[in-house]
Amino acid sequence: MTNNDSSSRLEDIARKIRIQVIKIIAEAGSGHPGGSLSIAEILSYLYFQAMNIDPKNPQKPDRDRFVLSKGHAAPALYSALALRGFFPEKELLSLRKIDSILQGHPHRLDTPGVEASTGSLGQGLSMAWGMALGIKLSGIPAYVYCIIGDGESQEGQIWEAAMTAGFRKMDNLCVFLDYNNLQIDGKVSDIKDITPIREKWEAFRWKVLEIDGHNLEQIKESINTFKSETDRPTLIIANTIKGKGVSFMENNVDFHGKAPTREEMEIALEELKNG
Amino acid sequence: MAKESIRDAYGQTLLELGRKNKNIVVMDADLAKSTQTIVFGKEFSERFIDIGLSEQDMVSTAAGISLTGKTVFASSFCVFLAGRVYDQVRQSVCYNNVDVKLIGTHYGLGVGEDGSTHQALEDIALMRTLPNMRIITPADATETSRVIEYVAGHFGPFFVRLTRGKLDKIYDQHYQFKFGEASILRPGKDIALFAIGAMVEKTMEAALLLEKESIDAAVINMSTIKPLDKKTTLEFAQSTRGIISIEDHSVFGGLGSSIAEFLSQVYPTKMKIIGVENQFGRSGTAERLYEYYGLTPDRIVFEAKKILQNS
Repeated sequence: MTNNDSSSRLEDIARKIRIQVIKIIAEAGSGHPGGSLSIAEILSYLYFQAMNIDPKNPQKPDRDRFVLSKGHAAPALYSALALRGFFPEKELLSLRKIDSILQGHPHRLDTPGVEASTGSLGQGLSMAWGMALGIKLSGIPAYVYCIIGDGESQEGQIWEAAMTAGFRKMDNLCVFLDYNNLQIDGKVSDIKDITPIREKWEAFRWKVLEIDGHNLEQIKESINTFKSETDRPTLIIANTIKGKGVSFMENNVDFHGKAPTREEMEIALEELKNG
Repeated sequence: MAKESIRDAYGQTLLELGRKNKNIVVMDADLAKSTQTIVFGKEFSERFIDIGLSEQDMVSTAAGISLTGKTVFASSFCVFLAGRVYDQVRQSVCYNNVDVKLIGTHYGLGVGEDGSTHQALEDIALMRTLPNMRIITPADATETSRVIEYVAGHFGPFFVRLTRGKLDKIYDQHYQFKFGEASILRPGKDIALFAIGAMVEKTMEAALLLEKESIDAAVINMSTIKPLDKKTTLEFAQSTRGIISIEDHSVFGGLGSSIAEFLSQVYPTKMKIIGVENQFGRSGTAERLYEYYGLTPDRIVFEAKKILQNS
């Protein structure tokens, strides 16, 4: 497979993730489309290219692990897991319904492929570095990936974990910062600006990279750089667009935690199919 | 009577477990010399993580480590481990249902001179409401060792509450801890005294004082607070004229509440809950504090007689 083939395949998967995100949040009548749409390429690359995982053996000990610290983007994670074969795609439409295996926020005991229950912001990064340490102690040469939010970066626990993982040289830990600059109450830069980001994480002893979070080639390069890094964890600042792929959701804070109406869904799906 | 250190028993037992079980990881948040996890840390530096003053990170990280198949002990003072990081315990540990053992030391008034900021009087109440969480408070050093061995060998979250000070020796080395089962230290037909942790020795003393006044008091060590030993509780409710609970904890949400919640629904029983009454603690020696807040043998005797006079 050539690079271009691989790129277009992963782009297609990112589009499929977005289509499912829109469909299932509309069906559920609630959920978080904006921050789900912004991480579609990252999830596409992780689940369909980077990670050593086996949907038929989700608990295999040498697997790479992923923690969605910004747990409200669960619809995107569930879509990636279903497309990868961890559970049937038809389950996706049961999101947030009673008896569903898909809780509003990820719950590892309900959903095959979910490694950690997350949703209370800040905790996922600690769990991710804990996993990175656990597999190191067991001598397993696997990687742990994690996505944190920019709003989430206002949580104190993020910085506790950042300080520990940097100090402890967790070079098997790769964290994406989904930097879409929107949180529930407005722009991150207005509510509590988290810049300078690079300098902060470098000061906490992390390797810091900055990419366009919707560019699969850049995602690939950044993960390759992460894998060659020793003695430091890696933070990838992924500049993204909240609501990416749906014109009326892009950079629109109203769609942080609001489901599209039936009509909005039809328009969104049309855009995504043609996009 | 010989007094023995609860925390030394914890540290020593962890060390012995660490030698037998390579899967055990121990964490602390800059209190390793106080909680005695340092004993494990000295021998197993690779499996010991002193995370510094980052209790939130410690508890969620413990969950993460456990998700790779390890058994993780995480220690701090009860006030931080149950209070400061309540949400991490709730979400990272209990909701994930991971193999994390939260071993809190320095509960309640027993902390002494450091005062209220360090005296957890709410930790049982907080931990008790969490699904998957089980709570144990050992009453002496031997029981502490048995409890630590037990939780190490049984999957899932536990909160173990250890007092700062030394306690009377109650059990000999043959003692077998039975999880979820009350330990009857003294039978009695007039009144039943249910106590935990540092209050057990005081309750034994109270029973002797009552005996001098011809009152036959049973003493029950309820080391497992959750799940409650309903069978034993009901038996004493039926066979005596009243129940007194004694705990170094708030009267809200602790041992007394557990017993009252249960009995009020199946066998309403005359009760007195002895603990700290809707107040913060303060500085002083532990013994002076127990007197100040009414957690003494004399108080137990007084309350016992009151129940018996009115029944």
